[in-house]
Formats: sequence, structure tokens, C-alpha cells
Amino acid sequence: MINEILIAVGILAGLGLLFAIILAVADKKLRVEEDPRIDQVEEMLPHANCGACGEAGCRVFAEKVVANEVKISKCTVSSSAAIERIAEYLGVEAGAEEKRVARLLCAGGKREAHSLAEYAGTLRTCRGEAVVTGGPKACAWGCLGLGDCVSVCDFDALYMNEDGLPTVITDKCTACGDCVEICPKNLFELMPESRKLIVQCKSLLEGSLAESKCSVACTACGRCVADAAPGLIEIRSNLAVVNYELNHLASPEATLRCPTNAIVWVEDEQFEKRPAVWLPLGRVEKYTEET
Amino acid sequence: MTGSTQNGLKEKLLTFRHGVHPEEYKELSNHQRIERMPFVEEYTLPLLQHIGAPSKPLVHKGQRVRRGDLIAEAGSYVSVALHAPVDGTVTDIGLYGHPNGQMLPAIKIRTDPFSTQQLDQPAQRQPEELAKAEFIEAIQRAGIVGLGGAAFPAHVKFNLSENQPCRYLMLNGCECEPFLTCDHRVMVEYAEELIDGAHILQHFIQAEKVYIAIEANKPDAVVGLRAAAAKAGFPVEIIPLQVKYPQGAEKMMISAILGKEVPAGRLPIDVGVLVSNVGSIVALSQYFRHSQPLIERVITVTGPAVRRPANVLVPLGTPMRDLVEFCGGITGEAARILLGGPMMGIVQKSLDTPVVKGTSGILVLTEREVQDIDTFSCIRCGRCLEACPLFLNPARLGLLARKGLWDDMEDINALDCFECGACSYVCPSAIPLVQSIKVGKSMIREKKAREKNQA
Repeated sequence: MINEILIAVGILAGLGLLFAIILAVADKKLRVEEDPRIDQVEEMLPHANCGACGEAGCRVFAEKVVANEVKISKCTVSSSAAIERIAEYLGVEAGAEEKRVARLLCAGGKREAHSLAEYAGTLRTCRGEAVVTGGPKACAWGCLGLGDCVSVCDFDALYMNEDGLPTVITDKCTACGDCVEICPKNLFELMPESRKLIVQCKSLLEGSLAESKCSVACTACGRCVADAAPGLIEIRSNLAVVNYELNHLASPEATLRCPTNAIVWVEDEQFEKRPAVWLPLGRVEKYTEET
Repeated sequence: MTGSTQNGLKEKLLTFRHGVHPEEYKELSNHQRIERMPFVEEYTLPLLQHIGAPSKPLVHKGQRVRRGDLIAEAGSYVSVALHAPVDGTVTDIGLYGHPNGQMLPAIKIRTDPFSTQQLDQPAQRQPEELAKAEFIEAIQRAGIVGLGGAAFPAHVKFNLSENQPCRYLMLNGCECEPFLTCDHRVMVEYAEELIDGAHILQHFIQAEKVYIAIEANKPDAVVGLRAAAAKAGFPVEIIPLQVKYPQGAEKMMISAILGKEVPAGRLPIDVGVLVSNVGSIVALSQYFRHSQPLIERVITVTGPAVRRPANVLVPLGTPMRDLVEFCGGITGEAARILLGGPMMGIVQKSLDTPVVKGTSGILVLTEREVQDIDTFSCIRCGRCLEACPLFLNPARLGLLARKGLWDDMEDINALDCFECGACSYVCPSAIPLVQSIKVGKSMIREKKAREKNQA
């Protein structure tokens, strides 16, 4: 009896010893040395995993930063102080990246743009509305105003103003591009902050027809083209288009004679500052178990 | 699988598993003979009336065209030609409202006041003397697309490669959408053209047998086509199917008739079947025998708010407003206008868009049918799972869509969903399931397109 117990214990102990040796050898032979700085850098990044840098997440970005493949300033979510801290830690240059923000290329809110119908669906999102013949607005290009962009923004950088247009808070915007992707009308564009001359319209209809659908539509009258520096603005398929390669020539003068205010000079937030009324129309519930 | 007998057809009726039984409402228009709509003043012909690349205009402003003339050629392989539906003058080529809600390039034609319904086009070479490549090209030139609603270019579907043997040709006359009766009337009134078109196509794709699938609520179509088929010199069988939605989805029809399942992400041809709508086959016959390209189609204008529900043969490009006026106009009770049937049809915001090749019906509903109901939480009853003909999990897909988890949706086969709407129909909590899934599908497709562009 005691013999059998001893044999069993002996076999198990022997097996344990054998595997311990294999593991010890594997630990020595197959060890992967990972740069400890990657963990450190990741720790210093914002953990937003937003993808604004173009990488799959903060970890991948940290790996590339440590390998000196990308500049730290590509992370637009970090404050400049945080970026400097990482640069100092790694002893590399931070690089300079101009701050970009999302701009909405439509100014046709509830007051300006006409609606042909009323959306009665229970799925109160822009995407849901767009499935139904492109939403109720008369303008086929215009903002639907149910705030998909507001609900998708991880940084609370958007709010619906009282006119039913999403407004970007430039200080909070990290140019991650989530609003660009969710907008069914493709109205957001990420622009460097230095681009202040913006055509807030995408309607390709000609003059009076466009204006009959929205009072702030670009009618392609060409006044801005005449008033701006030569070559800065041109009319392309019934729409004024700013050539941003000549952005240094831009001035607010081009906007002064615009009969519909389709072209504007934006210093900070778009759409003249109105009291920030929070109108989370059709805001999608975030991560609750039910519904 | 067999079901019960229905509507006096004394035989066992085949069907698929799952599905729903919405009220039919076909009696509003299923005995109305197809009427020809007189010409109106102006026609708007969008260059994109099919899936694929838009057609390329061949006419210029001010040019005179005859009925049946080619006015736009196919823009690429997956694209078809477009023809003038009337004698008249091209007044504009510009952006006009499209039933899909966008503003898209279209050709505008002002009708010649003396335009007749006479079609004066040179005779086509008969299909018997054509090689297969010529046949495919002729169909593209005829502008024929699937008239069931998706408007997929017919020549692409019919152009089978050598290693894709096609055993069966299935003609889809199920018309499972409530209210719609256009395919029904086409089968009753164009039975001979349908059999002729089926013969032409069967000859080119070398199918062993032709099936014509019809839901059992159209016994007159079954009887009429059986009489026509008896005279046909090729194997053709008319199969009445149980009345159930979505019986007319091609995958459901194949599983009902052959008991075979088309794998996810594959086409019917992968199980040796070619499916086509009956209207497209009639158009095929009319092109070869009467030189008439696809310039008109049968549309059901119906619903409790239409004064005179009817099946109308409408020239493409007719403004919907004129078409509805032709049917007596809408009553004051009208609350919602849909393009297509009540299950898959799309609500319209205005009647100022034209009839296109994919338009199968205009349905005008009153407040009684469109009562909005409050949405409640999912109670895990599982009715949507029992309704989904594809055995997907609509409750889960809808939940993921509302949380924006598009990748997870793709993992549970969201892209297989063909948006029949059975899940939303049965949901006791009135959750917009198919609507959310549609949104998710568009997000997944856009993401794929972005990735493709980057690569």
C-alpha cells in the first residue's frame, strides 16, 4: 500500500521536475526581449484607442514611436505637454503636427433648409433616416440633424446647436475621424485649423434651384471668386471650391458679398456662437444592457 | 417540405422554413387588367436605373428622338443601355430627383404632341441565329434588368462561365409582397411571351428544366401558364408555392422547390440555378420578337388611399404624380406613400420623382395602417429568430447595430440579410430591427470600400 503511494508521488514529482526543466530551458532559449519603453510610452498615451494617428490603437502607436517610425505628435489627442514629456523620455524630437479639426460642410439647419416631409421612424438616427429616401430634407446633400456624430464622438467635442446643426468644439476635437465615418451625407471634413475660409455647402444644384431648397446654399454666383485672390476660389459643378494650396492668400473679404452666407470665415467654432442648448435629438443610448 | 393546400389548387404546396404571414390585400387590384398609360408631357430618365455604373448619354440638348431610340449606352460591363419611351425632344441633361432620394444626372424629354404608341424600330436578329456572346450583348443593348426590384443588369446574370453549369432556370412569379399584383397580371396576360422568353433563355444557358414558381394565391396564373406550357416544346413546370412571406426571395424559392440551401455569400448559380423575375423574361421576348427595348413596365398603383387601384403599363420616366393622377389620385386620408410593397418598400418624401426600371408598385396607405407604436425593450421572446428566413439572429444584430458594433455584426453574418423585414413585422416590442440592420450593413460596406481604397 505505502509502496503504491510512493510510486504515484514519485511519478508526479518526476513529471513536475521534467516540465520545470523544459520551461526553464524554454524561458532561456525562447525569450523575447521587449523594449520596456513601449510599456512606459503606452502608459503616457491617452488610452483612447481612437485611431486618429492612423494606427490600430495606442499600443501599436507606442511600438512605432519607440522604433522611431512615426512622430509622437501624430497623436492628436495628447496635450502638447504630454507629447513633450514622451519626447523627453525617449530623447527624440516631438515633431510638429498642425492641429486639425472636423468641419461640417453644411449650414442648413432647421431655420434655413426646407423639409419635404416629417420623419416618423422609430429609429431616430441620421443613418436610419438616410435609409428612407435620403431623409426628409429637400436638399439631397444637407445635414439631417439627428446627431449621429454627437453620439459617436468619444471626446464630447460636438453638440447640437439650437438650429439643429452639430457644432464642433475646436478645443476638444482631436480629428479622430469618427464623425466623418458615421455621417451618412459625408458632410464632415478634417481640416487644419489654418483653413478659415470654408464653403459650408455641398449642393450641386444650380443657383435658384439650390436656394429654393435652402437659404444658405451656394448659388455659384461667383462673387467670392471675384473678391478673393486670383485662383483661390473657383466654381466647380455649381459649387465654390477653395483651393487650399493657396490658403495663405485667403482673407475674409471673399465672404463679404456672398448673398447666402454659404462661404464663411471661421475663426473658432463654426456657425456664429449661439447659446449652447444641448439638444441630443435621437441620441443613441450608450452601452446599456437592455434596449 | 410540404404545406397545406390553399386556394383550391388540389396539390401539396412547397415552401421554405420560417417566414411570416402578413395580410395580403391583393384583392384591391388583382383582377384589374393591365391598362396602358397615355403619354404625359415630360419624361425624366435617370442615367442610373440599375445596379452598377450609370449609362452614358448619347444625345444632346434639343435633339429629337423616336420611341425606342437608344439615348444612353452602357457605361461599363455592369451597366445597361437606356431608350427613349416616347417620340420627343431632349430638353435637358442635368440633376434631377431620383426615387432613392439623391439628385442624379437624368435626361429630360418633352413629348411630341403627336407621339404614338407605335414602335418603329428595325427588326432584331432572331435569337436562334445568335451566338452566345451576341445574345448577351443584345440583352445589354436592350436595357433589360431584373424587374423584381433590385434592377440588376440581366446580361451579367445570364452570362454564365463554362465552369458554372446551370441545371435549372427558375422564373420568379411569387410576388409575396402584400398589395402588389403587377407580376400576377403579367403572368396572366403575357403567358405566351413569358413561355417564349423562357425558351430563348433556356436555349442559351442550356438549363435542363424551367420552373415557374407562383404563390398559390394566383390560381388563374397557374392555370393559364400550365395551358401555355403544355404547348411549349421544352421542359417547363409551373410550381404553386405556399403563400408565405418572403417566398419570392430567390434563396427561399430555391429551398422550397429543390430543398437546397444556397450557402452564405454565394449566388443561386453556385447550386446550379438561375433565378429571374417573370417581367424581365417577358421583356426579353418582346425585344427579340417585337424589337421593343425596355421602355415601359407594369406597375401596381394601390392602397386604401388610392381612388382607383390599378395595374398600369407605364413608360419609364413618367413622373409618379402623373401616374397616381391617372389612377384617380389619392384621397385626403393618405398618410404615407411607399415605393414597392409594405414589407420592403421605401417611404417617399415626394411624388416628384420618376418611375424607374426597378419600380414595382406605388402604395398609398392611410393613418389606419401606419399607426406609430412606441418602442419597448427586447423581451427575448425569440419571434424574430423564428421569422428570419435565413436563420439569422435579428435581435442580436439590432442590438449590435444600435451600439455601433459593426464588426461584431459582420461576424454574425449581417451581410447575408436581404432586408425582408419579417423581424420588424413580428417584433412585439416594435423594435426597428431591419432598419438597424440596414444601417449596419451600410456601415460595413462603407468600411470595406475605405479599406479597399487604402490598399
